[in-house]
Amino acid sequence: MSVEQLQSSPEWGDGAANMGHVLQPGLDISHKVILYLEDISVSFDGFKALNKLSLAIDAGELRCIIGPNGAGKTTMMDVITGKTRPDAGTCFFGQTLDLTRMTEPEIAHAGIGRKFQKPTIFERHTVFENLELAMKTDKRARVSLFARLDDAGRDKIADTLKLIRLGAEAERQAGLLSHGQKQWLEIGMLLMQEPQLLLLDEPVAGMTDDETERTGELFKSLAGKHSLVVVEHDMAFIEQLGGQVTVLHEGAVLAEGDLAMVQADPRVIEVYLGR
Amino acid sequence: MRTPFTLHLLKFMPRTGWIALAVFAAIALAIMPALHLFVPHDSPFYVSNYAITLGGKLMCYAIVAVAMDLIWGYAGILSLGHGLFFALGGYAFGMYLMREIGTDGSYHATLPDFMVFLDWKALPWYWFGTDSLIWSLLLVLAVPALVAYVFGYFAFRSRIKGVYFSIITQALTFAAMLLFFRNETGFGGNNGFTDFKRILGFDITSPEMRAALFALSALVLMLTLVLGRYLVSSKFGRVLTAIRDAESRVMFIGYNPLHYKLFVWTLSAMLCAVAGALYVPQVGIINPSEMSPANSIEIAIWVAVGGRGTLIGPVIGAAIVNLSKSFFTVAFPDYWLFFLGALFVGVTLWLPEGVVGLWQRVMNKRAA
Repeated sequence: MSVEQLQSSPEWGDGAANMGHVLQPGLDISHKVILYLEDISVSFDGFKALNKLSLAIDAGELRCIIGPNGAGKTTMMDVITGKTRPDAGTCFFGQTLDLTRMTEPEIAHAGIGRKFQKPTIFERHTVFENLELAMKTDKRARVSLFARLDDAGRDKIADTLKLIRLGAEAERQAGLLSHGQKQWLEIGMLLMQEPQLLLLDEPVAGMTDDETERTGELFKSLAGKHSLVVVEHDMAFIEQLGGQVTVLHEGAVLAEGDLAMVQADPRVIEVYLGR
Repeated sequence: MRTPFTLHLLKFMPRTGWIALAVFAAIALAIMPALHLFVPHDSPFYVSNYAITLGGKLMCYAIVAVAMDLIWGYAGILSLGHGLFFALGGYAFGMYLMREIGTDGSYHATLPDFMVFLDWKALPWYWFGTDSLIWSLLLVLAVPALVAYVFGYFAFRSRIKGVYFSIITQALTFAAMLLFFRNETGFGGNNGFTDFKRILGFDITSPEMRAALFALSALVLMLTLVLGRYLVSSKFGRVLTAIRDAESRVMFIGYNPLHYKLFVWTLSAMLCAVAGALYVPQVGIINPSEMSPANSIEIAIWVAVGGRGTLIGPVIGAAIVNLSKSFFTVAFPDYWLFFLGALFVGVTLWLPEGVVGLWQRVMNKRAA
């Protein structure tokens, strides 16, 4: 998808800040960057979870984030999706949307989808209903009261079901799926939202090798028209994805580059092995 | 394939649901009132004053239970203050009933007796217009809705949930009870309102009035069930149960839970209020004890006994608990609260899905 197409997306809620140039409808990625984090700091009771973290993700990029436990990976996602407010720093989606001033639903509408570390789906709803709820549409309460699923919506759900290989499980209660299937369902829900930026927190945890490989194929096919940020520990999976890798350590960026380069970096080796 | 609009409208409830509703309507709207009004008193088919009033009361409780279930069973928000909304509806309609007494009170004054007793010379401003039935009915809906909306807005916006929310609602109804106990509040203090005489000029104790109130309670209960079925089978209902099960997921896919919770919370309060307004003329009294914390907790027990997250469960639960209450408080008056406590503990331990859940389990076993 080209830049123009990305820009022609529908209007997003408020929270947009005019950064000194004419505000255009939709997400402004005229500088090729879809997500900017600059000097983000977050501390919990004195513990610095993020320490002047700066990061930029290009539109259409597939970025992997690695780092030891407690490096701040999940906190970073919390900041981007509005769950945690940073103590300092700026966080922009495109050129214009200041994420630190938006609520979680507003950020979701703006086009950021998030997959949690632990698969978070609606266990008591059917697989079909899970996808239906996630589908990009008017999600205000008064609209939901009278909402009916149209044929286009049904088709979209059917397509996603096929993509995540859960076609046969559509009417099954989601809580009864296997762990790997739940992971796929959550990825499917993410796709139903049609986000421009996908944040994926350990998406292949608990998957079989075969499932992991298929997930990798799926993500690679999504890159380009979507931007993806993948947090993972599985190095083989990261190698399969083959994008740029950012190493986080103690709440800041330690190294950035392709996987081989990062793995050869003495500071990274020190962090992973040296303690 | 397109279905005609009217069929579409009926599709949210299965055919058996509509049939059950029709049978209930025939019994409650025609047969029971007829047996009360037209059958001689010595006939075994005669439905007595006691029975028809008890039936009317039970249906008011059932409305409250369904309202409670919408917020607790479907949205996962346990309110321990629903007695407040019930009482507010009762008081709002009670004001009208007090005005209808006219000069037939003990003091033969235009003011209600308790105001004469307090030596008040005029009605407080908030009694304005309460001699009109329409205005009072408006108050029945508007006052609890406003209280619920304002309280709910701040509570849900601050993301107060779980046991904290329950405790705050409990405190809310307790505070309101203390307020209504005061004579200065202008609602009859601890005696509340009683000695009602008429509605629209018709004698409130006449068999016709009793039958009419009974039928009206049944009608409102049926409407509540149909509305409830529509809500929980709509997309709104699916979002509501999703909020109950995984609220943060709901937010991250772009729904704002505040508006969903606020709508169902306010609706639930209004349904309680209507039940309260129907209840007061049938029992002939409303006083602040209706706002006591124990009453609100009892509402939660009805729903738990019947089965949370189903619509028929609360109706059954309200009937079981209140029928046993009628029996126990006559046969073993000292042991009722022990029984109620034991019932709640027992249901929590062995019947987490309530009576309806037990029924479903039995049927599943048979099918297997």
